[in-house]
Amino acid sequence: MTLSFNRRRLLKGAASLVGASVLSGCDALVTNDSANSVVQSAETLTKAVQRTLLGRHQLAQEFTEADLSPDFKVNGTDYPEGDAYARLADTNFADWRLIVDGKVRAPLELSLADLKRFPSRTQITRHDCVEGWSAIGKWTGVPLKTLLDAAGPQIDARYAVFHCADRYEEAADGNGNYYESIDLVDAYHPQTILAYAMNGKDLTIGHGAPLRLRVERQLGYKHAKYVMRIELVDSFANIARGRGGFWEDRGYEWYAGI
Amino acid sequence: MALPAAKKTNERVLVWRHSLLVRSTHWINALCLVFLLMSGLQIFNAHPRLYIGKYGADADRAFISAGARGGQASPQGYLQVGPLTIPTTGVIGVSNQNGEAVIRGFPSWITLPGYQDLATGRRWHFFFAWLFVLNGLAYMIYGIFAGHFRRDLVPSGDQLTAAHLKREIADHARLRFPKGEEARRYNALQKIAYLAVIFILLPLMILTGITMSPGMDAALPWLADLFGGRQTARTIHFISASLLVAFVIVHLFMVVASGLWNNLRSMVTGRYAIEESEGPK
Repeated sequence: MTLSFNRRRLLKGAASLVGASVLSGCDALVTNDSANSVVQSAETLTKAVQRTLLGRHQLAQEFTEADLSPDFKVNGTDYPEGDAYARLADTNFADWRLIVDGKVRAPLELSLADLKRFPSRTQITRHDCVEGWSAIGKWTGVPLKTLLDAAGPQIDARYAVFHCADRYEEAADGNGNYYESIDLVDAYHPQTILAYAMNGKDLTIGHGAPLRLRVERQLGYKHAKYVMRIELVDSFANIARGRGGFWEDRGYEWYAGI
Repeated sequence: MALPAAKKTNERVLVWRHSLLVRSTHWINALCLVFLLMSGLQIFNAHPRLYIGKYGADADRAFISAGARGGQASPQGYLQVGPLTIPTTGVIGVSNQNGEAVIRGFPSWITLPGYQDLATGRRWHFFFAWLFVLNGLAYMIYGIFAGHFRRDLVPSGDQLTAAHLKREIADHARLRFPKGEEARRYNALQKIAYLAVIFILLPLMILTGITMSPGMDAALPWLADLFGGRQTARTIHFISASLLVAFVIVHLFMVVASGLWNNLRSMVTGRYAIEESEGPK
């Protein structure tokens, strides 16, 4: 009885030891730098293949009013912290200005009313979160192309960086500012818009008021909310941790078409 | 492959069963499936709810979900499938992690990595997805052009008669496996199972997988419609993955039951032993 109990305990102990070493082996593997760089190479392949299949102008699927999500999930920040944003929100963003600068010939400073005077685009699209859920919403805004044409990118501009008003899950190194970046292929895509309205109403604060990016052929985290400034750059290596976005700095793919 | 006997040892004869390409693609595939399953469950855990339709998020009704009730103090794990709710504390919904009960979809011992890290899970999933697709492509080309499908996997006429199938099912139930000449080829149930995996489940995994990609949905707009929406595709991805796991469990069981070392040798060296003395059936 005692013997069998001890033996069982021994077996159980041995089994959990083997299990633990296999487990920690797995975790050691995924944290191994050279294994990771091999695995990460698939991202380059994915982007190259998708860009070849997609071309510059292939549109993301658009839906009808009947397909709209009854309750479009608010994700990430639902109200940016700090007095500066609160003051803007208090006056319904009358004092808010969008800055377009960096590698442009004519920097812009635009109010919400200015943006609404440009020709708008409305699209009903599916928002796919990296976590796996999807929601369908109707977005109205100004095509990013319109603003880029007005500002005139310099010859060495390669990326548009979106600086946002929200700070999210601030890390120890103080890098909590949300930002995102896309290259000029996506920046000039006809469905890439800066949306100020959702489902026919002004954008709510939960969904990124006063302005959020829509970049429909990529995952949700690319669709930066609370956009304050669009900076054209030739490289994003010197912004935050240098990977081109808040979530990219935390390990997610820069090209989020998958 | 039903090729001439290669070497005679007593009454046992070693015959060529698996070509080098079948053997190497088999093992690469096995490796891919392990990594894909474990990283896939990591990804599932980021949002352990599955829906039917074009959209689906927390406010929408889930067709399948893993979760916990009863609060943080004493959480009770469950798996909900349609109207059914199954208590699964310890495995799904709530499981043990470093000696503590935590709320998570699938337990840490079956996810890659063991801790919650969606970004890493995705990176490994997509790397092995590419390897799986390229490996599968090599196998498909070989299967078609070298005659592997026609010769080894398509059931022959005599295997498809009702009487033969009935006998095979009865033999399977008693774990009685073909001997002698009959063991030179796969039996009909085996062929049907392999064909279903090769031509239905694995392609379904790839198609539903790329349907979840917003880039691929833009490139191939018929994809999402084919499955009735991205969220349905995600649900089918999960269900066909579960069926694959079920196939692998039965496959491993049959490998052991019908002669572990003989089967392993044939998938490593290509040679499979049959008992010649039994004679043709």
